[in-house]
Amino acid sequence: MNPFVTFRISLASLGANKLRSGLTLLGIVIGVSAVISLMAIGQGVQQSITSRIESLGTNLIFVQPGESVQQGGLGGGAGSAATLTLEDAYALEDPVFAPAVKAVAPEIRANGQVTAGRNNTFAQIIGVTPEYSEVRNAPVEQGEFIAQGHLNNYSQVAVLGQTIKETLYGNRDPVGQPIRINGRQFEVIGTLESKGGGFFGNQDNQILVPITTAYYRISSQRTTHGEISVDSINVQMPDIGVMDEGMMQVATVLRLRHHITSEDDFIITNQQDTIETLQETTNTFVIFLGAIAGISLLVGGIGIMNIMLVSVTERTREIGIRKAMGAKRRDILVQFMSEATLLSLGGGAVGVLAGASVAQLLSGQPLLGNSPLETSFGWDIALLALGVSAAIGLFFGIYPAMRAASLHPIDALRYE
Amino acid sequence: MDLQPATIELKDVTKIYRMGDIEVGALRDVSVSIQAGEMVAIMGASGSGKSTMMNILGCLDVPTSGAYLLEGENVGQLGDNRLAEIRNRKIGFVFQTYNLLPRLTALANVELPLLYGNGHDRRRRAMTALSRVGLADRVSHRPTELSGGQQQRVGIARALVKEPSIVLADEPTGNLDSQSTEEVMAILQDLNHREGLTVIIVTHEPDIAAATRRVITMLDGRVVDDHTLE
Repeated sequence: MNPFVTFRISLASLGANKLRSGLTLLGIVIGVSAVISLMAIGQGVQQSITSRIESLGTNLIFVQPGESVQQGGLGGGAGSAATLTLEDAYALEDPVFAPAVKAVAPEIRANGQVTAGRNNTFAQIIGVTPEYSEVRNAPVEQGEFIAQGHLNNYSQVAVLGQTIKETLYGNRDPVGQPIRINGRQFEVIGTLESKGGGFFGNQDNQILVPITTAYYRISSQRTTHGEISVDSINVQMPDIGVMDEGMMQVATVLRLRHHITSEDDFIITNQQDTIETLQETTNTFVIFLGAIAGISLLVGGIGIMNIMLVSVTERTREIGIRKAMGAKRRDILVQFMSEATLLSLGGGAVGVLAGASVAQLLSGQPLLGNSPLETSFGWDIALLALGVSAAIGLFFGIYPAMRAASLHPIDALRYE
Repeated sequence: MDLQPATIELKDVTKIYRMGDIEVGALRDVSVSIQAGEMVAIMGASGSGKSTMMNILGCLDVPTSGAYLLEGENVGQLGDNRLAEIRNRKIGFVFQTYNLLPRLTALANVELPLLYGNGHDRRRRAMTALSRVGLADRVSHRPTELSGGQQQRVGIARALVKEPSIVLADEPTGNLDSQSTEEVMAILQDLNHREGLTVIIVTHEPDIAAATRRVITMLDGRVVDDHTLE
């Protein structure tokens, strides 16, 4: 029997029970569109996370203090020890010991209450050096950034993130205005461009101050030697290629300076590692979403099997007639298989369209933080979904079709 | 027209059905020979084995033992696919309940056997077959829009469309009024007289049997009478 005739007969048989075929189709439509839209959302989330991290610069490594080990007492967590100093940071700029390093930006982090006039808010205060702007990709929008002079004089000046600026000053120009941080009077010298909310706290909800000012006026941490301790050092490399080399050099310099013979008292991580870890996490998340949607696809497949079994029973006599007229086992098998596959493929096609529309509708909607979600819908997903639905039709269609094909013509003809 | 001699030869055919542990002998040592171009009635009460005989003659079933030679070929031991091919090429079925597919038009119903096997020129051949039974003006009607007699004529057209050598009719007039019965019998007789087809009619009505030339009577799975009318 030629494929075109088979297709036409299948279409006619399905058309004879429009409501029933439609409802069966719906099961697959829901399953496929759920898979498509959830995958698109998942991939969109993954892309936006990755691009947000990459916007910080992929050629960064972070040095943080290691665990503090106190004799007989309780140990603190990673980053809790005050082992890194401002001097360490400057030493990393040494072109002899660390030639791979392009720039270094140490930082001290603290939280504080900030007030301007009658407005107040809670913000993260970061003590930085002038290099911070370039290394962390935090350009100034208005006014100027913190300069070396501010560090030398422990100047009480501040650069505001977007959110802080809007909360405290609204639409007014904050540059030159006074601001109080933990009760001390500072002067606003600039604002930062908006970077959007991230998974590591809102980068717009930050106030940058000179690192020396942060140490002496805001933070309460002190080293045992009277040097300025820092919470982390951002080290920028010229490109990703020298990342490993740079990490080795940084570690060597710090080990020498800290006279380390066995265990490091600092931890070095890099941006790429962070991205990879997060991608693994979001991958799991995407697969998990897909699996949940896949269950509904499975249920749709069972729906097809169910309706095909009903159809075989109803059409027992037809099968008998066709067999008496010379239809072979294979003709009947192909007939019912093609009906099941047509149902699932049709459902798959409608589902792909529906899923793509959902993904399109959600695209640009602010679902995470305050930045728009970029859903990504690819033809590879669409083709995969169509392939999977065809496979579902074949898988769930084979049993009913085999039942139909193996009917004995006499029994089938006699069936009432 | 296919004019090669259609010889049916049953030799000691026995058919035993198993119902649980009980074996039922539906046919016992039946030996019958039918020449090409004969018109034969098979008579008998229900349970006499005439339906089983019909199924075996129509290659819908195979004998438990014995041989069935159809045009010299022993079809008793063939597999499902070969039997399907033989049904398609050599045998046209006419059923008591017509067995038309209700969703299809008369034309599509007649085209059905052409879908399987050699199926070129389907429309034209189906049209020709419908014309032969006088239904050229009813091609696009569905079975529910036709009278019983017309449905049975569509059934006959479907049996003829592959130009078989044998037409097997199982109580072809069982559901028809007397006028339709006459029409249908006239067509079957015409096929036999004018075109030389072998026509085998299973019936329990003596009137129908009288329209044939040879009557085979069955009882309890055996042929008890086989005589040719003059």
